[in-house]
Formats: sequence, structure tokens, C-alpha cells
Amino acid sequence: MTSKLKGWPTRVVVTLLYLFLLAPILMVVVISFDTQSTMSFPPQGFTFQWYERLAQNAEFIQGFQVSAVVGAGVALLALLIGVPVAVALTRHDFRFREAMSGFFLSPLMVPAIVLGLALLLVLAPLKITGTYGGLIVAHLAITVPYVVRTTSMSLMTMNRSCEEAARTLGASPWRTFTRVTLPLIAPGVLAGGVIAFLISFDEAVISLFVVGPQATTLPVEIFHYVESRTDPQIAALSVVLIAISVLFMVIIERAAGLKKVLR
Amino acid sequence: MSAKTRSARLTVLGLTVPGLLGLAVSFVLPLAWLLRMSFNRGDSTGLIEETFTLDSYAQFVGDSYYWDMAWETTLLGLGVTVLTIVVSYPIALFLVRTESRFKGILVALAVAPLLTSSVVRTYGWLVLLGNQGVVNQALMGAGLVDQPLALINNRLGVYIALVEIMMPYMILCLLAGFGRFNPELEHAARSLGANRWRTFWRIVWPLSMPGVLTGALLVFVLTISSFVTPRLVGGGKVFYLATEIYDQATATLNWPFAAAIAFILLALFAVVIVIYQRALRRIEAQ
Repeated sequence: MTSKLKGWPTRVVVTLLYLFLLAPILMVVVISFDTQSTMSFPPQGFTFQWYERLAQNAEFIQGFQVSAVVGAGVALLALLIGVPVAVALTRHDFRFREAMSGFFLSPLMVPAIVLGLALLLVLAPLKITGTYGGLIVAHLAITVPYVVRTTSMSLMTMNRSCEEAARTLGASPWRTFTRVTLPLIAPGVLAGGVIAFLISFDEAVISLFVVGPQATTLPVEIFHYVESRTDPQIAALSVVLIAISVLFMVIIERAAGLKKVLR
Repeated sequence: MSAKTRSARLTVLGLTVPGLLGLAVSFVLPLAWLLRMSFNRGDSTGLIEETFTLDSYAQFVGDSYYWDMAWETTLLGLGVTVLTIVVSYPIALFLVRTESRFKGILVALAVAPLLTSSVVRTYGWLVLLGNQGVVNQALMGAGLVDQPLALINNRLGVYIALVEIMMPYMILCLLAGFGRFNPELEHAARSLGANRWRTFWRIVWPLSMPGVLTGALLVFVLTISSFVTPRLVGGGKVFYLATEIYDQATATLNWPFAAAIAFILLALFAVVIVIYQRALRRIEAQ
């Protein structure tokens, strides 16, 4: 078996499947530099004009700003409420611990389209659709589970003897947490924050229901743009976004190791 | 109750209350509201009558158009799941077996598409599958077809794009599931005279079952709730439960009906998860 592993049939099949998997991304990169403005193939010439137009597209720039602010707000809020929950779930024993652990993962079991509609029904009467606050609330439920999970994992795998030593030497629980535990679990906390930001930044379906003229996120702008026309500006924007997510992944990899987070 | 357990309880309460409040506001309350809304009476003028009726559910159940839609949604979920397993399995198996020094890069490439939003990848598929797209240009260039094939604005395009979008999730689950896989077992079966086919079905496939099942559940659930891809590749011409929820909520403004469809979708979810757990138990029993 192993000697035949490098046989050409396997290689051909695997190469073709990789091509299928990466085709849309490769396509997007290629046409972002193409001179023609319709979606056709093969490319006619090389240009940066779509990137230049992108830099002048007020809607996209606005959407990018909204998404960045909302993403940062969501990440911060998710960390503030998610990290204490992770501490409770891993460091304390209480009657409803299992149930609570399940509860904090349950938003991931509900389809975004259902949650988006549900949030619209609650946020619209309060007139906070299309505001930063409304968008942050809307993204909270789907990001908290990731923060709880990455932080819990760090808390479970860290060496607890330092914590115990600090307590024995008379440090208060709060001081032990801020001076000893928090620095040790920082990679998990940071990874949770970055994932929360990325999820919020990428989220399109829930946002579709709760955006408004005052604040529309970038994925929603892209969705509406693709719905009506398909010039390569979207491709150029996609390439910029891909570059940004690669950058973030490098940060996670450096901080915590991608494997641990993806597991 | 001693003072110590009381203070421990207070600590747990203090740690969890912000989180519970956060999820109450952003998750529990909206869903409860949605359930209540599904019992109101709505119409296509956007008026909502506060009442307690099963009209919206009856409207869905009584119309064969919506039965077809639910069936097409289920079919899409099953079809995409099976096709995704078929195209992801060879990659996962290759990645588990390979001793290439590029293994790390190959694994990264297989899951890298997760980093790009599905809106962007859907756009890529629109470009690939359009009348002037690569696929049609290649087919016509090779003289296989005279007219461009209709690959978007129909169900076929939705299947193709969704399978690709689900592949990285499936590959990740398969790789995790192959953790127990030991090439020695395959070796042993081969040296004992089993052919490649038999070795695969009797040794490799059963060992990979946990990963396949996890991936299948994830892909099915993600597929039947996916909205962006069916909407953009379907071009507003094919309808699934998810696209109907959006249309009813934003175009028709019949919120009670949209809410009822949302709960029917959740019910479909529940059925799938129960079937999945039964299957899992049966396989674990073996």
C-alpha cells in the first residue's frame, strides 16, 4: 500500500479536488487584476484600477468602519462576559454546571437565519436596528460560545500549581486571578477575542436583518452589491479581506497555536 | 448552609450573571419573542394582529408549495452532505497518509477557505459558473457544448457552490476522526490477502465513521440553514426554507408566517439530531 501511495491516480484525484476547493478563491484573485468589467474568462489584461476604485468607494469604506467598530465592541463585550463564565465552569463546582455549559454553547445550534429574524422582531420595536448597539447585541450570542470555549480550554490545560502557590501565600482570589491566572491563560483569551472579532466581521445573515441606513456592515454591503452587479471591485475587496484574515490567523497562530483553537 | 458554601455560591453567581444576562438579551428573549410571533395573525400588508392562533402553521401545512419547499430543503441538505463526503474523503485520507514535507501547507490549504467569508466564495462561484465563466468557456472551447450551460440561477449551481463551501468543515472533521487510524492495520489486512477495495470497506471506512458522522451532521445543519449561497447563486429563482424566511420577513412583511417557517426549520433540525444520535448509538454498539 505505502509503496503505491505515490501512484499517479491518487495524485490526480487529490489535485483535482484541491483545484475544486480552491477554485473560487483563485478565481477571485485573478479577476481582481483583470481589465474587463464583466465576469468573463480568460483575463484580458492586468490592472490595479479595481483596487483604486475600491479606495474611493464610500459605501465599502463606511461598511468596513462599521464592521470594524462592531467587531471590536462584540469582541470586548464577549470577553467581559465570557471569561468569567469560563472561570465558573472550570474552577467551581455547582449544581447546574453541565446545563449551564450546554446553554452557553447552544446559540451555535440555532441557524443564523432564525436568530436574525428573532433579533429583528425584538430590536425593531426598540428602534435600535441599524445602530452600533443593536448590531453588537445581535452578534453577542454567536460569539460568546467561542470565548467560553477557548478560555475554558486554556483554564483546563494550564498548570494550576502557580494558582495554588499564590493562594497559599495569601493572595486574594481577585489578585490571584489578575496576577497569575490571567497572564497564563492570555493566549486562549486573545484567541477567543480574535475569533469573536472575525465572526462578527464576517457575519452576513444575522446582520442582513438588523442593519439600517445609518449603520450597514461590510458583508451586507457586499451581499447587496453582488445581488445587483458583479464588477471586479468585489474581487479586489475580497482579496483585501483575505489578506486581513490571513494576518489575523498569523496572530492566533503566534499566540495560541491554530491547532488548539480549531480543535 | 455554612458561610463558606454561601460565599462560593455568590462567587458563581457573580461570575455567571453577566453572561446569563447577555445571552438572555441576545438569544433567549428574541427566540421566545419569535415563538410568540408565530402565533399571531399576519397578512401580506404587514399588519400584525395580536392573537393566539395556529393560522401561520396551518397556512404552511395546507399548501403543497411549502411541502415541496421543505422537501427540496431536506434534499439539498442530504445531497450536499453526501457529495461533500465523496469529495472531501480522498483529500482527508491523503492528508492522513502522506509523508510529504509539504503536509503542513497542504492541511492549511484544505482549511484556508474557511478564512474567506462565504459571500466572497459565492461570488467566486458566480464568476466561475456564469455564461461567460471559466467552466462554460472551457466546455465550449473544447467543443463539448454549443450553448453555455445554465449553471447559475438554478438548483445545480446551488449544489455545486455549497459542496465546495462545506468541504473545509468536512475535511476538518474527517482529519479529527482519523486520529485513531493506524496505517499498520491497513498493512496487516493487505498482507493477509485482502485486496485494496476490501481493505478500504472493512478497515479504513469503519474506522473513519466517527469523523464522517460528525462532519455529516455539521454539513447538513449548515446547509439547510444556509441563506447567502442559495440566494445569490439561485438568483432569487430557487426557493428553500431559509430564503423563504427572509422573503416573508423583509419583502412580504408577514412576520408571523416568517416566524412559523423559522420554527418549522428548527423542528427539521431537531428531527435530524435525533436520527443522528440514534445512528451514533447503533454504531457505537457495534
